[in-house]
Amino acid sequence: MRSFQHRLPELESRGIHVVAISVDPAEINRRQRQKLGYTYTFLSDPKAEVIRRYDLLHRGAGPKGTDIARPAEFLIDSSGIIRWVNLTENIAVRARPEQMLEAVEQGEQAASH
Amino acid sequence: MSASAKKSWNWLLWLGFLCALGGFFSYTFFAQFPITRDYPWANLLLFAAGGICLVVGLFRAFGKPQAYRGKVFGPILATLGILMFGFFSYVFFYQLRQVPPSTGAPRVGQKAPEFTLSDHDGKDLSLRDLVSRSKAVALIFYRGFW
Repeated sequence: MRSFQHRLPELESRGIHVVAISVDPAEINRRQRQKLGYTYTFLSDPKAEVIRRYDLLHRGAGPKGTDIARPAEFLIDSSGIIRWVNLTENIAVRARPEQMLEAVEQGEQAASH
Repeated sequence: MSASAKKSWNWLLWLGFLCALGGFFSYTFFAQFPITRDYPWANLLLFAAGGICLVVGLFRAFGKPQAYRGKVFGPILATLGILMFGFFSYVFFYQLRQVPPSTGAPRVGQKAPEFTLSDHDGKDLSLRDLVSRSKAVALIFYRGFW
């Protein structure tokens, strides 16, 4: 999450809007965003409805055994089609912004051919 | 003056223990950098350095007890070091990998399921709005800060 903030100017200059989703309520997101200096969008899915729809629910992994999202990253183009997915097998290992920039670049190359 | 007063402190045992302690507690620091986060190189190196120091220290303590101290605290520090390494390995190489398979997650080429959620200011945002405003959307699902 931090690395996406570091590379945000580059991501935004390539037309990529960064959006983070978790079960945290909007109020927590607002505070955390301020505290950590993140400037991208944070969405709140307190009932994990969207997380469930994307089959990303990690049952009982939250505080007091609540259901939370497992880490996952998607790159979605302007027509709503998924162009790149990263489903990590280790909670500590997350997608890097470079991987997304690369995916965008490859998509542009494929489109221009 | 007793003979034990002349014994060397066997600092390698303490250094080894400090390395293991560092390996155990420093992951939150190293997790800031992708290279040391995705695979805990730095922590494993600290554990390895600690292990070498502890082994050499133990050899000194038991091989030359007339010159080195550590027959009592050496094994204690070494055991603590092994426990820390074991716990770290369990968490990193087992517990953090207990992620649901998510076989039903949307794949490349599919349409991303539509949704509307409230943002950090409590304003409703839909995926349709988000994608229409930019060339692409990087959607990051995360565990939350709680």
